[in-house]
Amino acid sequence: MAETALTTHGLSPARPDGWQGIAADWSSDQRAFKNVSWGKAMMWIFLLSDTFIFSCFLLSYMTARMSTTVPWPNPSEVFALEIAGHHIPLILIAIMTFILISSSGTMAMAVNFGYRRDRVKTAVLMLLTAALGATFVGMQAFEWTKLIREGVRPWENPWGAAQFGSSFFMITGFHGTHVTIGVIFLIVIARKVWRGDFDVGRRGFFTSRKGNYEVVEIMGLYWHFVDLVWVFIFAFFYLW
Amino acid sequence: MVDVPYDATADIPLAEVPEVDLYHPRSWWTRYVFSQDAKVIAIQYSLTATGIGLVALVLSWLMRLQLGFPGTFSFIDANQYLQFITMHGMIMVIYLLTALFLGGFGNYLIPLMVGARDMVFPYVNMLSYWVYLLAVLVLASTFFVPGGPTGAGWTLYPPQAILSGTPGQDWGIILMLASLILFIIGFTMGGLNYVVTVLQARTRGMTLMRMPLTVWGIFTATIMALLAFPALFVASVMMLFDRLLGTSFFMPSLVEMGQQMKYGGGSPILFQHLFWFFGHPEVYIVALPAFGIVSDLISVHARKNIFGYRMMVWAIVAIGALSFVVWAHHMYVSGMHPKFGFFFATTTLIIAIPTAIKVYNWVLTLWRGDIHLTVPMLFALGFIITFVNGGLTGLFLGNVVVDVPLSDTMFVVAHFHMVMGVAPIMVVLGAIYHWYPKITGRMLNDVLGKFHFWVTFLGAYLIFFPMHYIGLLGVPRRYHDIGEAAFIPSSTHTLNAFISIMALIVGFAQMVFLFNLTWSYFKGRPSGGNPWRATSLEWQTPETPPGHGNWGKELPVVYRWAYDYSVPGAPQDFIPQNQPRATPVLQGAAP
Repeated sequence: MAETALTTHGLSPARPDGWQGIAADWSSDQRAFKNVSWGKAMMWIFLLSDTFIFSCFLLSYMTARMSTTVPWPNPSEVFALEIAGHHIPLILIAIMTFILISSSGTMAMAVNFGYRRDRVKTAVLMLLTAALGATFVGMQAFEWTKLIREGVRPWENPWGAAQFGSSFFMITGFHGTHVTIGVIFLIVIARKVWRGDFDVGRRGFFTSRKGNYEVVEIMGLYWHFVDLVWVFIFAFFYLW
Repeated sequence: MVDVPYDATADIPLAEVPEVDLYHPRSWWTRYVFSQDAKVIAIQYSLTATGIGLVALVLSWLMRLQLGFPGTFSFIDANQYLQFITMHGMIMVIYLLTALFLGGFGNYLIPLMVGARDMVFPYVNMLSYWVYLLAVLVLASTFFVPGGPTGAGWTLYPPQAILSGTPGQDWGIILMLASLILFIIGFTMGGLNYVVTVLQARTRGMTLMRMPLTVWGIFTATIMALLAFPALFVASVMMLFDRLLGTSFFMPSLVEMGQQMKYGGGSPILFQHLFWFFGHPEVYIVALPAFGIVSDLISVHARKNIFGYRMMVWAIVAIGALSFVVWAHHMYVSGMHPKFGFFFATTTLIIAIPTAIKVYNWVLTLWRGDIHLTVPMLFALGFIITFVNGGLTGLFLGNVVVDVPLSDTMFVVAHFHMVMGVAPIMVVLGAIYHWYPKITGRMLNDVLGKFHFWVTFLGAYLIFFPMHYIGLLGVPRRYHDIGEAAFIPSSTHTLNAFISIMALIVGFAQMVFLFNLTWSYFKGRPSGGNPWRATSLEWQTPETPPGHGNWGKELPVVYRWAYDYSVPGAPQDFIPQNQPRATPVLQGAAP
């Protein structure tokens, strides 16, 4: 992935700041984003594209919710749990959100240790992030199971507009797929870190190129994005 | 000398990006089949797109046979006619034009024109092609499944797209949506490559404002595609759920065959918004690469620098940005609020400004140029004329009051075929004649080429000009047989037959072109490395066709823009981009 080592052997020493700097970078040769590797640039552009996908999903859901003539089920009630005799609205979602946001914290720490070339701590923190992500997906599976048991289907539900179930399964399903893919890649890259691929310059299986610790940061970009998207889903689907 | 100033003091810019180890194929399979070389991938993309495009061409013949001689061909019934228009439209717009411009020309030209050895992620690039091929195969398979391909029209509007009255309701629509989803996944992988290569992997001295306009067009179109295809992706996923799971995203309450259906509460208009939020940028995803390529063709073959280079670049960017805020002009008859109609009509007409700037600049490039009427130049000129004609009818359709009576008539069909069918295809053909020598090392046959051009160009006009008239008479589109109606004069039928015959003739000319492609590959005149005496980097490669890694040992260094033609005082009438400034000082214009 990231093969352009961040060498600065060609950069002129004085680079202007602020807007002038941006203009200078964009009108220069070779690259528009100085010191940004190919892999990182690709991930940012991919995330921009993915933002449009999630935006379209959320806007479609909001359109359906606003235009339906049948009452929309109350999410606080639907997603409430009975815990020790107490009826607590949205408790599971609150815990899930807390876990996912925490996983962003461990991911950021992994990136930090990656740049310090601390092989073991990086790998452990990435695996911890993956574990938190897997927990999130697990709790989502629990939530799906509970709703399906209560009779929620993509085409109908006992409480009101059919679009509630369809939007819920589609949006959380698509987000959950993103988290799952993230967990898989976290484990793959954690293994590479653990094995020391980035220290000895071992070539990747697919790309046949040498990787470096920046891959951890690129992984982190994806992971933070997935968390950020969840914040919007949480706000627009559960809190609205 | 007209040049874009960049640090005129430093002749050789410093290297910022160290050389990257290239992937080297070790066997025939990894060299020609599972290749990671952008040039091979480009050819794979082009051949696949052409192959499925020929299917769409045959479909158009069948449609024209039915329209021109209704009732004569018993093997075409109403359902099949609908299936033909659907597959013809979808294939031509997405699987042919988008794939050919971005996957084909983008892959071949971007690395060569910006002076890179390959795309930045060759492995992902390879995957992009194979996913695209899978999408094409899934699409083609719908011809063979029970019920045949979907007949919903290329816009796939719900609710009819998934109701039982529409042909292909069993398998066709499902496979169509699956194929679109695959295409978008495949395209995204390729598109990320093109964008990052342009932004981050240019050679020394290659600034953004020195890139040939071809790269600008493809680059901007790719960014647009990365932002527009998500809407189609989401719409396809949701419609697939409506069809397979019985959700009601797009489906209102319906009574079908006297039965109340289970659907209810969905919004068909939501689909239209999603579809056209993709669909309108898609028009420019096809048009912008054409704009860029045609600028280069005109400049090379008129031996003159492109007029107003910076203006051309900003016009491309402005068109790209504006095309995201005009989508609802496809929906004037959907019952939208008149104020929205006003807004979208205004934005639509504003797009005419940067577009007109481009047309003026093309004409001003030709002005007093040393015009060589080569085959690529003929196609480029054909494009300008066709595009202006198609664009003018766009002004009609962009206005709400004019659009409402013209909506869903053959006038619309004639308009978009002129502006985004014939015009981009002209550029595709011109570009093939232009770059074929670089790709194969041989020239295409000139006589066959000129025959191909004149038949295609004149034929396209003879097909689509009468079609405007038929549309103005009120003949609706998507009717397999217009029958006898009081408002349609009987001469319409004669005209329809005439159009159909012309369509067959133009189609025949494309067979001549295919023959030319094949014949010249083996027997064509050897071209040498730079037959058009062009300046841009792809013509300066040490080998023709360019070898693996494109540039031999040393990457080229760029000293000037791509349009130094007929520079006064220069020994030749062109100065390649990689020629140092050591050439004699020519004129006092540049800083």
